[in-house]
Amino acid sequence: MTTTAFLTDSTLCIGCKACEVACKEWNGVAADGFEWTGLSYDNSGALGHSTWRHVAFVENAPVEGFGGNAGEVLSWSFLSDVCKHCANAGCLEACPTGAIVRTEFGGVFIQPDVCNGCAYCVVTCPFGVVQRNPDQGKAFKCTFCYDRQKENLKPACATACPTESIKFGEIGELHEVANRRIEQLKSRGIDDAQIYDPQETSVGGTHAFFILRGDPKSYNLPPKPEIPTVHLRRGWTSAGIAAAALVTGTLLAFLGGNGDES
Amino acid sequence: MAENHPVGFQWVMEARERGAKIIHVDPRFTRTSAMADVWAPLRAGSDVVMLGAIVNYVLQNELAFREYILHYTNAPVILRDDFKDTEDLEGLFSGWDDGKKEYKTATWAYKDAPASEPSDKGPSGGHGKDRGGESTDEAVHRTDPTLQDPRCVYQVLKRHFSRYTPEMVGRACGISRDVFQKVAETFCSASGPDKTAAICYAVGWTQHSNGVQIIRTAAILQLLLGNIGRPGGGILALRGHASIQGSTDIPTLYDILPGYLPMPVFNAEGNRFEDYIQKHKTKEGWWNNFDKYAVSLLKAYYGDAATKENSWGFDWLPRVTGDHSHLGYWLDMADGKMEGLFVMGQNPAVGAPNSRLERKALAKLKWLVVRDMVEIETASFWLDSPEVERGELVPSEVQTEVFLFPAASHAEKDGCFTNTQRLLQFHEKAVEPPGDARSETWFIYHLGRRLKEKARKDPRPRNVGLNALTWDYPTQGLTAEPSAEEILKEINGWTTADRKPVKGYRDLKADGSTTCGCWIYSGVFPAAGENKARKREPKGPYGHGWGYAWPNDRRILYNRASARPDGQPWSERKKLVWWDAESKKWTGLDTPDFTLDKPPDYQPPEGAEGDAAIAGDQPFIMHPDGVGWIWVASGLKDGPLPTHYEPLESPMKNLLYPKHATDPAAKRRERADNPYAESPDPRFPYVLTTYRLTEHHTAGGMSRTLSHLAELQPEFFCEISPELAEKAGITPGGWVTVSSPRGVIEARALVTSRMKPIHVEGQVVHQVGLPYHWGYKGIVKGDAANDLVAISQEPNVRIMETKALVCNVAPGRRPRGKENLAQAEERPADPLTGQASERR
Repeated sequence: MTTTAFLTDSTLCIGCKACEVACKEWNGVAADGFEWTGLSYDNSGALGHSTWRHVAFVENAPVEGFGGNAGEVLSWSFLSDVCKHCANAGCLEACPTGAIVRTEFGGVFIQPDVCNGCAYCVVTCPFGVVQRNPDQGKAFKCTFCYDRQKENLKPACATACPTESIKFGEIGELHEVANRRIEQLKSRGIDDAQIYDPQETSVGGTHAFFILRGDPKSYNLPPKPEIPTVHLRRGWTSAGIAAAALVTGTLLAFLGGNGDES
Repeated sequence: MAENHPVGFQWVMEARERGAKIIHVDPRFTRTSAMADVWAPLRAGSDVVMLGAIVNYVLQNELAFREYILHYTNAPVILRDDFKDTEDLEGLFSGWDDGKKEYKTATWAYKDAPASEPSDKGPSGGHGKDRGGESTDEAVHRTDPTLQDPRCVYQVLKRHFSRYTPEMVGRACGISRDVFQKVAETFCSASGPDKTAAICYAVGWTQHSNGVQIIRTAAILQLLLGNIGRPGGGILALRGHASIQGSTDIPTLYDILPGYLPMPVFNAEGNRFEDYIQKHKTKEGWWNNFDKYAVSLLKAYYGDAATKENSWGFDWLPRVTGDHSHLGYWLDMADGKMEGLFVMGQNPAVGAPNSRLERKALAKLKWLVVRDMVEIETASFWLDSPEVERGELVPSEVQTEVFLFPAASHAEKDGCFTNTQRLLQFHEKAVEPPGDARSETWFIYHLGRRLKEKARKDPRPRNVGLNALTWDYPTQGLTAEPSAEEILKEINGWTTADRKPVKGYRDLKADGSTTCGCWIYSGVFPAAGENKARKREPKGPYGHGWGYAWPNDRRILYNRASARPDGQPWSERKKLVWWDAESKKWTGLDTPDFTLDKPPDYQPPEGAEGDAAIAGDQPFIMHPDGVGWIWVASGLKDGPLPTHYEPLESPMKNLLYPKHATDPAAKRRERADNPYAESPDPRFPYVLTTYRLTEHHTAGGMSRTLSHLAELQPEFFCEISPELAEKAGITPGGWVTVSSPRGVIEARALVTSRMKPIHVEGQVVHQVGLPYHWGYKGIVKGDAANDLVAISQEPNVRIMETKALVCNVAPGRRPRGKENLAQAEERPADPLTGQASERR
């Protein structure tokens, strides 16, 4: 099977939210409240159990080459965030029931019928993507439209995107597309364009990478995401040292005993 | 465009990626501005200053496409000596009748051309416009090919716009000299033989008291730069609904019939068929075919009953007897002059200006029929409108009988959309409509059928026309749904004798031998089983084979202008259609918008009529003189050239014409329930502009009722700058009360630097933005922005001014109940101080 990926290009995103709606429509995810946030045009807030695509609206200080009259007025940029389908997925490693699996397309998929709702995956996701639905007691996130991919269809969000900001395809090809795009943007003087695909960290790269400008943090993306299992050795070492100390202490307590009255 | 036409905007993005520059002119920094190279934030309502200054920039720097304007426009035409410009008369053109508040247009005609007064200036809007040939004949003219004559259009235009300078743009629009320079340079440098630039606009231009003249300024600019009839050029009207183009082609407007034939007016020229034809059939140009299209339409209406002897049933057509535009009849309704109303696919209780007046007017009706997919505000005005809360309407006392019919959606019926690009696209029913929901076609067909049944038994003369009406559409299925394709066949037209489809409008005749429901669509169904609107096989760069673009599948209108006068393309890069000397035919990448075998050097013989009177190098075949009109000698009610006027409500004086602040021909319709602010007015110091968001559709009936859309923009909000928020004491995210002389509403405060205070003429103008999607029904509710807007009428097409009016803002929620009524109706108070001002 082909390993597939998303390339989401914020420099082409017009903030229409068609991806959010198409995702919910296709996957039968219900609306999750009618709360006005007052934060730009973003009323979805963040990814979660009922929001699998989320368009961030970032109103920023003036940036050169970024929106009309760049450099003089503010910039307003949009990015459609999604589950990263990490090469080393924290959620998958933490799942005790085997509900979270790696699909034949390389995506990370939660099988709702197996999930027991322990929420280990929630805390182990370095991007804060996975969330437990309090009503159903199970964890949910982007399925990478596994059902559509099985039928050779593009994921719903990529199909709906009018400006091809969301691209879907074979991962190697998309890496090339991303590299070419960065070259193109730089040749146009957009020097802060970058690919966001944490390869250097323990995440080991993703199946949903991004082209964005400036600091990833402004889009709520961690600059150096790590999966919790990298802390295992240190954790086990500390535990070992602690255990050894405890044993030693206990032994010392016995050895140092003075044969009491009883 | 990114906000309201995200799907169409993909092509703008693609052009940007290929190196095109995007300029966005808007009071607000929107999703479009975020994608643009240049954003020019202008004071709402100052568009003609901005565009006029670009026209001036072109003229002062001699950037016009000289060969194009010499041959393809009326720039060289000599005007009458007695014409006086607004520059001479301080804001008025010659011919103003201050008593009647309208222009006599004789002095606007070309020199030596006949000139009389159009007869239907009163009740008819601009849709059924004077096309020339009635009040004047543009084919009669003299020219100066050197463009030096001080009375030629080019020189008159130059003088007219000479005070529209970058400095004036700074003073009136608040756009800095640098930004203006960037806009003018970028736009003009993208025009020429091997380049073109396009202008896209939507109701941000239309919905002004001088909306038509704003668009006219753009037309002048595009003609000067040679950007009409050429690939990548043009002025693109972005229509606000899926088939709003279709609903003007086959109109829901009161003053035109299908194919832009004027509705007859109840007067001498409108009562006899011969007079009607004589009035509208031009001697020269394509409208010389007017009688063919009118007779074929009457044959479609009345079939065999339409004969030459009874003037094809012309007497059975209703007549325009007054201002039957939406705003006109709604004021009549408010005055108790109407009994009943059908509302289909519209939600005026939220979406129409001064919606408080509109809702109260509904209570004066005896009956109201609403067809929609949900119970919209218009259907429930009597129960849960703000007027009920305020005690203005009492449900048990409202006498209006409301009939709410469930409507089928586009996925639940067959039909045809005509999009922004004049492209007809047929769509098939995907699922059966639920329950009793039915299509509009079903409703109208069966209503008509029942009315005809009643009329058959009633011999009164008023029923003769109804009895004669052909109403024989075949129906199908359990619900007896009329066949949409059969209707499209009738629209395409056939030969009367054998019902064989006509190939196109060139086949239509004025002797009753052809039948055609809408001449411009003729050709969409040229043979049995060949519904071109259904085709999905695009070929070539212009997508021929996908749908059908009227007229005659032309993707770009007036495309003869894409070739030089000698018939060869202006450049290889911008070639579209050209003259093939070998085959002696026009050919190219698009269907030529020209008589195929008319050579470029064709000169009309003396006394030639119709298309034969149009020379081989005159692309604008609809006009009697065959050229594009920089100067409009007839057809407009407020001047042959655009002039800057302030909005009907403005915080500023008119810097260019202090004596005539507003468009003199615009109709204010001012009355107790439609009051105006002064200009300027200390009670309402801020500019208000209304608009739509990507996430919602118009008055919200199709989006506030859908959870997946409603959650994306769940609350009515008001966009203001941090500076205004601080000045008015408004907390970001808190409540804000917005008031105008018409009403008081509340919204959440979205404080953003995307709204910028505009610095003009030593004063700071704060602009307030309100999306108008909310109402009192649906999953998400909110006040209606249109409660604040006045009913006013642009002189030519009678549209209201929603894009620039005045308001005040104050922190906190609006008063409730009777208190709100007091504030809204009795004494428009200053919400900042809470003090009532004297009613003016």
